[in-house]
Amino acid sequence: MNHKNALTPWLFIGPAVLLLIMFSLLPILVSLLISFTDIDLIGLGNWDMIEFVAFENFIALFQDPLFHRSIFNTLVYVSIGVPLVIVCSLSVALMLNYMSNKLFSFFRVLFYVPSITNIVAIAVVWGFLYNMDVGLFNFILNSLGLQNVPWLEHPFMAKISLIILAVWKGIGINMLIYLAALQSIPRSFYEAADIDGANKLQKLRYITIPSLSYATFFVTVTTLIGWLQFFEEPFVMTGGGPLDGTMSMALFIYERGFQYNEFGYAAAASLILFIFIIVATLIQFTFNKSKEN
Amino acid sequence: MKNRFEKLLITSALLIGGFIVSIPFIWMILSSFKSEREARTMPPTFWPQEFTFEHYINLFQNLNFGTYFTNTLIIVLFAMLGLLFNTMAGYGFAKFQFKGKEAVFIAVLATMMIPAQVSMIPVYLLLNQMGLTNTMSGIILPGLIAAFNIFLIRQFMTTIPNDLIESARIDGAKEFRIFFQIIIPLSKPVLAVQAILTFVGAWNSFLWPLIVANDQALYTLSVGLALLQGQHSSSFALQMAGATVMVIPVLILFIFVQRYIVEGFNTTGIK
Repeated sequence: MNHKNALTPWLFIGPAVLLLIMFSLLPILVSLLISFTDIDLIGLGNWDMIEFVAFENFIALFQDPLFHRSIFNTLVYVSIGVPLVIVCSLSVALMLNYMSNKLFSFFRVLFYVPSITNIVAIAVVWGFLYNMDVGLFNFILNSLGLQNVPWLEHPFMAKISLIILAVWKGIGINMLIYLAALQSIPRSFYEAADIDGANKLQKLRYITIPSLSYATFFVTVTTLIGWLQFFEEPFVMTGGGPLDGTMSMALFIYERGFQYNEFGYAAAASLILFIFIIVATLIQFTFNKSKEN
Repeated sequence: MKNRFEKLLITSALLIGGFIVSIPFIWMILSSFKSEREARTMPPTFWPQEFTFEHYINLFQNLNFGTYFTNTLIIVLFAMLGLLFNTMAGYGFAKFQFKGKEAVFIAVLATMMIPAQVSMIPVYLLLNQMGLTNTMSGIILPGLIAAFNIFLIRQFMTTIPNDLIESARIDGAKEFRIFFQIIIPLSKPVLAVQAILTFVGAWNSFLWPLIVANDQALYTLSVGLALLQGQHSSSFALQMAGATVMVIPVLILFIFVQRYIVEGFNTTGIK
């Protein structure tokens, strides 16, 4: 009676596993292979034209000033953006956790909404807000008696502008993760602290923040991985400009691959990005382990 | 005394923060109803002087937004099929013992680490080999399965008692009947969240349609909007109308279902 067909589990996991092999695992192998070739649009049409070039793509990348630029920009995005997202989402979560009533639930929705709205729509709207001449932000600055800011016209300022927009979008989801973590801290911790006469700041420093260390770890890793792949914002708003000031690694890969059709070269660049992501994740994991010990 | 002051402080901080966060939305909606000339005037008007729907009409009559809208809905529909596959896989990993299960599950989880930028070039080449570039199937297939969703669904389903499934089997129920009539109803909390997030993800999908679709007839709303921004770079009111068309459906849906998402974060195990 209880005999189970050995095929049954595969019927359930089959479709998903097949699609994952096809579109996730196999592509990694293909990517590895083609990064050692000079495949382009001609090679795509006629495989005989593809040549094995060993490490030439990687050597060329190490000498490509635009690729250097994209790595530098990506590191700027990550090192400013990730801490900012964590600080902002944690502070919003702490404030939202202070009370629970209708107004606070409304705020929770409000802060979450940017993270589910379409990134292209957001970029289009912010492009208007950032506009040098008719944008709302410069108008507000002018009415406060301040100078126009070249939001998207200056290579460094443009990076900052894109970061502001991405932080605005990134708060929501991380805030929810922090809120869930805050609500799972046992009340007895705070009661014990009250008995010991701890003040609010001490409770925050010695109970709340340490209890959130796992949430912070999770948020840091996912945000870091996300920001290393910074793509849509520069793609829609600046196209990587001005003067390649907002060119990210992901945008570099996209442009090389799909505008210049240098598939081999782009695949090599994407593998370097992959290594960045793996290294960043490993550092986070070891850091977290050593903290736990 | 101190408590009331604190309450006031936090509420007003949230009020100011909330206002700043919503400025882009307010500005987007208001500007979409202004005439092109009014949207560009300095100093800007807050409320549209003359309410006009011309940009919305223009989008759907002359700028193909109707087609983009249909394509986006098709993608959303198939994303739900993807969710069914994810759910089946979650169940398979949660409730069956079979040879090689651990290895396969680890391989599934490992795919979470692969960034879209790494797979986009080889996937494009593979789709090209299969003759699927510039087709709807080519846009839909690569994003159908999400390992993270399989993981979350599996986590939830491990809490379903085995006895329930066993007794259904003894009663002679077929495996897929058990899945659809027992497992799915029991997994409603996690599936509701997944369905919402899948909808939002599919509605917002940008990268695959951008890469795979050459033909405007296959563009989704987000790709169409990016195109619109490139072609009508100084028509801000028109751009804002396009952005509003993209954002408002998700916003309305979200207002109705936000409770499930917020609660879902507690039940799906991210803590």
